[in-house]
Amino acid sequence: MQQKAIQISNLKKTYGSSVEALKGISLSVEEGDFVALLGPNGAGKSTTIGIICSLVNKSSGEVKIMGHSIDKELDAAKRCIGLVPQEFNFSQFETCKQIVVTQAGYYGVPRHIANQRAEEMLKKLSLWEKRDTPSRELSGGMKRRLMIARALMHSPQILILDEPTAGVDIEIRRSMWEFLTELNESGTTIVLTTHYLEEAEQLCRNIAIIDQGKIIENTSMKDLISRLDIETFVLDVSSVPTEFPCIDKVCFRKRDESSIEIDVPKEAGLNQVFAWLTEQGIEVLSMRNKSNRLEELFVQLTENGQS
Amino acid sequence: MFDRQSLTALQSIFIKEVTRYFRIWVQTLLPPAITMSLYFVIFGQLIGSRVGQMDGVSYMEYITPGIIMMSVITNSYSNVVSSFFSAKFQRSIEEMLVAPVPTLYILLGYVLGGVSRGLLTGIIVTIVASQFVDIQVYSWGILFFVVFLTSMMFATGGLVNAIFAKKFDDISIVPTFILTPLTYLGGVFYSIQLLPEFWQNVSMANPILYMVNAFRFGFLGFSDINITTALILISAFIVSLFSLAYYLLNKGIGIRS
Repeated sequence: MQQKAIQISNLKKTYGSSVEALKGISLSVEEGDFVALLGPNGAGKSTTIGIICSLVNKSSGEVKIMGHSIDKELDAAKRCIGLVPQEFNFSQFETCKQIVVTQAGYYGVPRHIANQRAEEMLKKLSLWEKRDTPSRELSGGMKRRLMIARALMHSPQILILDEPTAGVDIEIRRSMWEFLTELNESGTTIVLTTHYLEEAEQLCRNIAIIDQGKIIENTSMKDLISRLDIETFVLDVSSVPTEFPCIDKVCFRKRDESSIEIDVPKEAGLNQVFAWLTEQGIEVLSMRNKSNRLEELFVQLTENGQS
Repeated sequence: MFDRQSLTALQSIFIKEVTRYFRIWVQTLLPPAITMSLYFVIFGQLIGSRVGQMDGVSYMEYITPGIIMMSVITNSYSNVVSSFFSAKFQRSIEEMLVAPVPTLYILLGYVLGGVSRGLLTGIIVTIVASQFVDIQVYSWGILFFVVFLTSMMFATGGLVNAIFAKKFDDISIVPTFILTPLTYLGGVFYSIQLLPEFWQNVSMANPILYMVNAFRFGFLGFSDINITTALILISAFIVSLFSLAYYLLNKGIGIRS
């Protein structure tokens, strides 16, 4: 049987005497998996990550990292994890190279090996040219990449990324996606929290959704997406029809003077829709999803949780 | 406990600390040299020449050990308190907390960083002093032992201060309102024998008096207080502060949620 990379059982965290951040969550992540941990702000994602990485003390429950309990074998558990936190948490005055080499040292990597790895990692993340630049002088995207390089200096089996692409431009985001996909393909288990649901859908095989301190969904991305009953498309058209009928369960509505929206149930096809539009002499110029499919599901699930 | 990986981690913390104060040498290493030069010029040469001899040596020779010790105390303390609090403030302390660095090594790394700055500024001030006075050493052993223990004690004290500090103001309260008055009243510029009996007794409650006098003994061979008592007291302070700092770090007080 394949070992669980992360095994969380009935994890609870109460801040002070009354704020229950986690209400007994259980979650397991397979070795080699790429998992998205999603949830609205304040749902408990960062607390969960904080406990896994021993930055937050848990109230009760059990956490095992590659089979090592954080209560009994904390050092062994820590060695398995690389953390890329949400906030920039390196010294603003140290250079990129100093930051990554020092971090490797904390994991017991001898300095001469740490120097070689620093070169390798900084080159991989396109930061080698900036190796002697103080971190405060880097752009936001570079700082994010520096945190990834730092987290990988001790070659961890699990990489946890808390909003790694927040505030970076689309080009850098896509290059980071490529890098993370390659890393996962080479065997590193990756846990990702993000607010870009397109990112989660693109990268992750499995998904867990936390809301109000509870796991409300834990399944494969494919399974979750297949649960979406209706998808909404936006069609840019040459002219907007005067009537808006429902054809084969697909309903139309006007969006603006040059586009319409159609709600397409899972079992319905689009041929009839295009046929009707052609009959009306309306040309479809382009077509796109109104919103990300996962985003629609996410909103549905978290709204259900609140009601 | 003393495995290779932990020692590598200790080395990393120490190098990070030393690199930090060398990077900002204008703020860390230069000021003691300038300030202490002023002390030597004003108190030693200008006023000291009118004071005459104290305990059989010139006033300049008398105040030299105290002035060196003053810079050791201030720098050991301020190095750790500002470095650790900055790490908390910038959250770079998390780099260490997520890694398997034993608490003892985090503690030792910061303390040894503070000790190294204390000793380095002590050496700088001694070099400055040697331009004004002919430095004689009575006992190298006592000199090194006392200066090392004192810097260790204040570096550990700085760490405890930084653990509790929540804002930048909190790291300047102890140096301004406790350390500086105690240092000035700790026999740096005078012998407590000059004080009335009541104030002599009050002075005996000042721990810095013991350190300054033990250090002065290492230079000049005489002291207002018993050397053994001084060494026992400094050691007791180190054990207490070290245990407290270890407990606080281990519990994650001030650094973990």
